[in-house]
Amino acid sequence: MPQKRPLSAEFSKGILRENPVLRLILGTCPTLATTSSVVNALGMGIAASIVLLCSNIVVSALRKVIPQKLRIPAYIVVIASFTTIVQMLVKAFVPALDSALGVFLPLIVVNCILLGRAEAFAGKNPVLASAADGLGMGVGFTAALLMMGAVREVLGTGTFLNGAQSLLGVFGENALGGFNGFTLTDGGGFVPITFFIMAPGGFLVFGLLIALANRLNKEKEPACSACTHCPLAKDCSSSM
Amino acid sequence: MKIFAMILITGILTQNFVLSRFLGICPFLGVSKKLGTATGMSIAVTLVMVLATAATYPINAALLVPRGLEYLQTVVFILVIAGLVQLLEVVLKRFVPPLYNALGIYLPLITTNCAVLGVVLLNLQAEYSYAQSLVNALGAGLGFLLAMVLFAGVRERLEGADIPKALKGLPATLAAASLVSMSFLGFAGIAENLFA
Repeated sequence: MPQKRPLSAEFSKGILRENPVLRLILGTCPTLATTSSVVNALGMGIAASIVLLCSNIVVSALRKVIPQKLRIPAYIVVIASFTTIVQMLVKAFVPALDSALGVFLPLIVVNCILLGRAEAFAGKNPVLASAADGLGMGVGFTAALLMMGAVREVLGTGTFLNGAQSLLGVFGENALGGFNGFTLTDGGGFVPITFFIMAPGGFLVFGLLIALANRLNKEKEPACSACTHCPLAKDCSSSM
Repeated sequence: MKIFAMILITGILTQNFVLSRFLGICPFLGVSKKLGTATGMSIAVTLVMVLATAATYPINAALLVPRGLEYLQTVVFILVIAGLVQLLEVVLKRFVPPLYNALGIYLPLITTNCAVLGVVLLNLQAEYSYAQSLVNALGAGLGFLLAMVLFAGVRERLEGADIPKALKGLPATLAAASLVSMSFLGFAGIAENLFA
């Protein structure tokens, strides 16, 4: 349903109430795979947010031109194009991030947050509202990834923001004044628990964060606008 | 021969797509509630993975690489996969109705399954030959099947468990996934040692 709401509301809903990761449970693969460190999580979040913002704007601008029956392939082409552009930019300017994210950078194209927003929002709403929605969802996605990354990196390797310089790529040789993350293990009082940066730790931390989000949100059900458009919704039990 | 067996074992056990590479998590969490649907979905995914690899590898080698168009890989592959899934649906419906009835409902869900595009991209990254890529796709699919079947069994047990309210549903499911994933850590190094 297209609604008339202020832009700030379209922006802010993605951060808490309809957080794509913790409330709508979208984009789980990159959430689990790229959060073994804060820097990787931040890089993934920013890359996906840029693609989301651009694809939302273009899909919204073309919403009267794209035929109803061809909309999904059209959305996929738009998203794939922006993913490719972002991938090339990252390869050129932040090569360390490209190798850290590996296959998950091109896989932004099948991140269901992007197709979900195109289908649920940008395809029916004006450009400005879609841009606000995309930006909000992107910030929400990045924030959730950062939380995951912070928990996993601090517990799993005993560092925080380790490798921060690599995120600045070719611009940032000395931009941070030699800062390259905190080390928490110096005093010898804390032994990193490697479990948390391994696969099972990812599942566990993600589960606990969702539980926390459920606990903090008084509403039982998230205002799930994306799930109704997710092709998996019929058989999906995570929406229950 | 050794390399094929090694790729297969790696795909199924040590580098399991779902449990250690985090690809295809949506169907893993979404359709693993019943053993029947979990199996059907996994077989459909395996089929599409192998077919997608079979189709994209020659396209990449014959069309994209010689013309220096590697940057179009993401766009071309996702479109090929989407077209392939549609085609498969039509062909199965027309010529193999029993198979269509068993797998048909899962096919539309697979286009945006990152495991399919993931295996295609990982094959290129690993610089596998055509045959090796196909075996890797098969291994990835079988690994997906194994994870789904195991997890469906775990979830059926979880149904009756008494869980704190905030952990009900997805959090408990993810904790269970964590345990299943931990058990797969035990396979680390098995492929190298078996064929050393």
